[in-house]
Amino acid sequence: MRHIISLLMENEAGALSRVAGLFSARGYNIESLTVAPTEEATLSRMTIVTSGSDAVIEQITKQLNKLIDVVSVMDLSEGDHIERELMLVKVRAEGESREEMKRLADIFRGRILDVSDHTYTIELTGSRVKLDSFIEAIGRDLILETVRTGASGIGRGNRILSL
Amino acid sequence: MEMTGAEITIRCLQEEGVEYLFGYPGGAVLHIYDALFQQEKVKHILVRHEQAAVHAADGYARCSDKVGVALVTSGPGLTNAVTGIATAYMDSIPMVVISGQVPTYAIGEDAFQEVDSVGITRPCVKHNFLIKDVKDIASTIKKAFYLAKSGRPGPVLVDIPKDISAQKTSFVYPASVNIRSYQPPGRGDGQLIRQAAQLLLEAKRPMIYAGGGVVLSDSSAQLTDLVRLLGFPCTNTLMGLGGYPANDKQFVGMLGMHGTYEANMAMQHCDVLVAIGARFDDRVIGNVEHFAQIPRKIIHIDIDPSSIAKRVKVDVPIVGDLKLVLDELLTVLHASRQKPDVADMATWWKQIEEWRVIGGGLRYKNSSEIIKPQFVIETLHKLTGGDAFVTSDVGQHQMWAAQYYKFNHPRRWINSGGLGTMGFGLPAAMGVQLKHPDATVACVTGEGSIQMNIQELSTCRQYHLPIKVLSLNNRYLGMVRQWQEFFHGNRFSESYMDALPDFVKLAEAYGHIGMRIDHPSDVEPAMKEAFARKKDLVFMDFRTDPSENVFPMVPGGKGLSEVVLSEDL
Ligand SMILES: Cc1ncc(C[n+]2csc(CCOP(=O)(O)OP(=O)(O)O)c2C)c(N)n1
Repeated sequence: MRHIISLLMENEAGALSRVAGLFSARGYNIESLTVAPTEEATLSRMTIVTSGSDAVIEQITKQLNKLIDVVSVMDLSEGDHIERELMLVKVRAEGESREEMKRLADIFRGRILDVSDHTYTIELTGSRVKLDSFIEAIGRDLILETVRTGASGIGRGNRILSL
Repeated sequence: MEMTGAEITIRCLQEEGVEYLFGYPGGAVLHIYDALFQQEKVKHILVRHEQAAVHAADGYARCSDKVGVALVTSGPGLTNAVTGIATAYMDSIPMVVISGQVPTYAIGEDAFQEVDSVGITRPCVKHNFLIKDVKDIASTIKKAFYLAKSGRPGPVLVDIPKDISAQKTSFVYPASVNIRSYQPPGRGDGQLIRQAAQLLLEAKRPMIYAGGGVVLSDSSAQLTDLVRLLGFPCTNTLMGLGGYPANDKQFVGMLGMHGTYEANMAMQHCDVLVAIGARFDDRVIGNVEHFAQIPRKIIHIDIDPSSIAKRVKVDVPIVGDLKLVLDELLTVLHASRQKPDVADMATWWKQIEEWRVIGGGLRYKNSSEIIKPQFVIETLHKLTGGDAFVTSDVGQHQMWAAQYYKFNHPRRWINSGGLGTMGFGLPAAMGVQLKHPDATVACVTGEGSIQMNIQELSTCRQYHLPIKVLSLNNRYLGMVRQWQEFFHGNRFSESYMDALPDFVKLAEAYGHIGMRIDHPSDVEPAMKEAFARKKDLVFMDFRTDPSENVFPMVPGGKGLSEVVLSEDL
């Protein structure tokens, strides 16, 4: 099953490689991983999307907790949470498809960030599913480039990951 | 007063009460060696290979309750140390390794003797640090010792660039450490402990399975009290030997791949199992699915939550310091009016007795013609009264030492269980002998393993370490040969040790005493003579039966009850 794991870690050189190394050494999946400093500059927040049986996920959270630099870990998918991903897509926008692209971007509440004679660059934010369906709606042929950040997640209401 | 980074480094070691620093110099640590030269508190032991420095620090830690410390230079010094670090990591040994690094301004330029030490060691340390500011040295070393020793122990690397060790700052050694992201477990959950107590009291076929954690946490006394109070059978893993006295009637022997029949059968057929500081390793329970076929309740006590429910499902997981958890469990049991059912216990012990008879105990057919390796270990046990520190290498000799030397005390059996590192025995024995200068230290080895760090005979000479080396020379990489015999149609691919040196002359060349022993009748007299030489290192080259195999054996991937007892008894 797909899990979205959030963690706070010391914002130290090499901290990211400890997490990445743990996943590769123990053969755990990483679908995506995002990391950036938080409002507290000494802490980084990381969101990892992974998949595995319950036993594997249990090991992943335990192994993450075991890393000395990791302050706290939460499996967001165990409760209510919000998940968002940002995507930038550069699409072919010529002739007939130029209008169509604009229309699709509107429907998905995307924003066109850059326009050239032949292309649009569209920004889209949403769940993974939404981004996937946008790509499907456009069709592979017209996509020139996609950049996705991977999911960021946060718990709803009182579910707070802090020190 | 300002001090250099190098002086601070050595001062920190003094503050930590480090007696011995095992190391080898080189460019990146020259400042540190200079600081070392100008003081007397920390004694440096100059090994002949960095791997040995780390194993010696490791042996020193295993036979005491102290942190082992090693010092190596950058690049090849560090890479040579990696096997030692990984060995300590796999067995959770508290250790601090200090490595030199190229100057900070040269990092990343492929400078002479530069390697990414923090990157290379990351998967085999508890934690590591690259110091980038001389002001951080003292606090980092303080943290390193704290991390190494607390919680589940392990090796910690501190990488110090050469320019940092030359820069100056004032020295303040922190009185305490606080790492906000690290809180080692203390007491266990009281409710779970009471639940465990209840399960134990109601068990019909209980089993106590104790591992290296008991030795590491110095909770043998608690374990012994628990086993005796309940009247249950107790087994130890390879790492746990000595954690429970081997001569006790409730001890059913070591379990696992080369464990006793009764220990493995009791493990397989028990209805309540309590695992204490053990991790259900593949060499211990064999095939997990086979193990799970028989339902049993499992109580698992460990300081590391990630060891719990890693390979088997656990009913009562108790995370905590073993000593504290066992103390609390004992209190609960003492307070309870309930006792284990006498009739159930009698039936269970009768069953175990039956297994003991079927298994026939540990046995081998002795010979008056050729030296049987087991006989050498039995003689060692007899002559040392079971009181020696025994280090070993890896292979058949290791298993025979584990089986036939009955360890009654913890921290006497020093071997590389997790990584299985050939070449561990002799350098580890150096660390042990330094810690216990008057004790008998025996290194049980094979002619293959000993050659992996034989250069340390020179270190032993320099520091007058009267280690007794017992080499069970079967002219084969015996354990490899055994697997080839069993599983590869007797095709002994590259397992014959050709062109062996004359070990007697070799020992003599290093300034020691060498003995070659060919006949069974000479085993005891030779050993007596060797042990009488209290001041000398004696290398005993026992010519043992090359075809002897280790039994019982649970073949890899098989279940605990699918054991091969012996071939010709
Ligand atoms: C560094 C290392 N390389 C290879 C092995 C694989 N190995 C395990 S036991 C063994 C044979 C050991 O031979 P020896 O030291 O002569 O002991 P014996 O088994 O004959 O008692 C080998 C090669 C190992 N454990 N460690």
